[in-house]
Amino acid sequence: MKLAVCINHVADTASKISIASDGKNIDKTGVTFILNPYDEYALEECLRLKEKNTGEVVAISLGGDAHKETLRKALAMGIDKAVLIKDDSPRDSFAVAKALADELKDISADVIFFGKQSIDSDGAAVGTMVAEMLGLPSISAVIKLEIVNGTVIAEREIEGGKENVQTTLPAVFTAQKGLNEPRYPSLKGIMAAKSKPIEEKIPKPSEVKVEVLSMRKPPSKNAGKIVGTDVSAVPELVRLLHEEAKVI
Amino acid sequence: MNILAITEQRDNKFKKSAFEVVRSARTIADQTGGDVISLVIGDQVQAIAGELAGYGATKIVVVQQPTLAKYSSTAYAKVIAETATQLHANVLLLSATAMGKDAAPRVAVKLDAGLASDCTALKVDGGDIIATRPVYAGKALTEIKIYSAIKIFTLRPNVFPTGTSTGISGVVEILDIPLVESDFATRAVETSQASGKLDVAEADIIVTGGRGMKSTENFKLIEDLAGVLDGAVGASRAVVDAGWRPHTEQVGQTGKTVSPTLYIAVAVSGSIQHIAGMSSSKYIVAINKDKDAPIFQIADYGIVADAFDIVPALTLETKKLLGK
Repeated sequence: MKLAVCINHVADTASKISIASDGKNIDKTGVTFILNPYDEYALEECLRLKEKNTGEVVAISLGGDAHKETLRKALAMGIDKAVLIKDDSPRDSFAVAKALADELKDISADVIFFGKQSIDSDGAAVGTMVAEMLGLPSISAVIKLEIVNGTVIAEREIEGGKENVQTTLPAVFTAQKGLNEPRYPSLKGIMAAKSKPIEEKIPKPSEVKVEVLSMRKPPSKNAGKIVGTDVSAVPELVRLLHEEAKVI
Repeated sequence: MNILAITEQRDNKFKKSAFEVVRSARTIADQTGGDVISLVIGDQVQAIAGELAGYGATKIVVVQQPTLAKYSSTAYAKVIAETATQLHANVLLLSATAMGKDAAPRVAVKLDAGLASDCTALKVDGGDIIATRPVYAGKALTEIKIYSAIKIFTLRPNVFPTGTSTGISGVVEILDIPLVESDFATRAVETSQASGKLDVAEADIIVTGGRGMKSTENFKLIEDLAGVLDGAVGASRAVVDAGWRPHTEQVGQTGKTVSPTLYIAVAVSGSIQHIAGMSSSKYIVAINKDKDAPIFQIADYGIVADAFDIVPALTLETKKLLGK
């Protein structure tokens, strides 16, 4: 089974965000970057499918040299091949999908995995766009996946419930939290990853359809009122919610 | 500018977000001119199409056949793209729901359109639509503009108003989009929805329990309070990672970003990633025994005390107020 996983290098969830001087991006100074958490579930699922069916896992990342760190982590976790599509120019979801689809077209993977979204731009669009560009079926926000003889049944989250979706391989999937419990790279894996090659490619330029005009911090909320420090504060809280805030 | 508002129904019932997209389309069209067309996809949905009248659509287009009863990523995307082409739509609005987030990227590729996902505001500036999109789970907000001829926006549920009746009564029309077996390459075969269970992303009131709830069993207290308020139960990442509650309830950066009218955080300390996901709530109540918990810095009302004392009393007091 040929498996491909697209991974991104993003600011850690614990990061405080400040705006860069151009007013359109975050200031990366002092920010820790990690493998996008949803991509970690995607990566883990590919490794499990490989272990079950034999085959090869290729990880692809689009971005600057900093993304090599995330590709090294993927190598340490057990992927077979790492590809960096080297380009750190601003791209919208469409342009990111285009660059990845161009690379994936030549790989002809049976299973292509993405995280359901990148926790930086939160677009949740790239995986499904790639599927459409490659003419493949897709299932997004997958929390359970079963593949038997090329037929797929996946469970995905919908509002207040679940949906069982059927398709056939080759197909594109995007991973939601809950799909699996990602492994930690072994020490041996980490050591071996250091000397493994990362193939570098230059993408074709792609038109950007969506432009960020400005980025700002949301209006800050101020600390309100401490209503009390024991159970006697409860009636007053209910009164405030009813009469002042008018929300109950 | 013709705007196509794609409305979502499940089991032939419109989601509240369906009315939000139609109403938002009307608000834009009032400033730019042009038609608002609503699209309803499903099986025998003509019967419900009339419910969209009054929200501002001049035309309500129905595409229906038995195979469209359940969502199919590939078939729905084809129906949406072909309807947009046939009716010369330049702007498409969808809800940023599980369905909308799945269909919109496919439609964008089919129509060579730019896509702005999960917008929380739209404004008209000259002839352009400028959208506000939270990024980094709400730690920052961007203003964006789409340059392609066709533009697609998905709107975060529960943020845009449905408004009062516009007095515009839309005409219902049936449109036939021929579909073949191969259009259903991906299809939902079964949908299970916990009856009456409200999703955090769609709820007006959310009661979230944090690590301080200590166990699965103790969430009964959270459920009771949420029940009295007709709200949804939320959970912090620590709670989900401990396996006490399902991931569908997680609020924060690797869960859902929510903006309800009232958010009650119980025994939640308020990590950066949690606050990012809920700080746009209209009113925030924090109940925590640690007076230094960061959640108090953004709470409108706080009680510094043990949640196990406060929550049952709060449930009782609310019951009394609401006459339940």
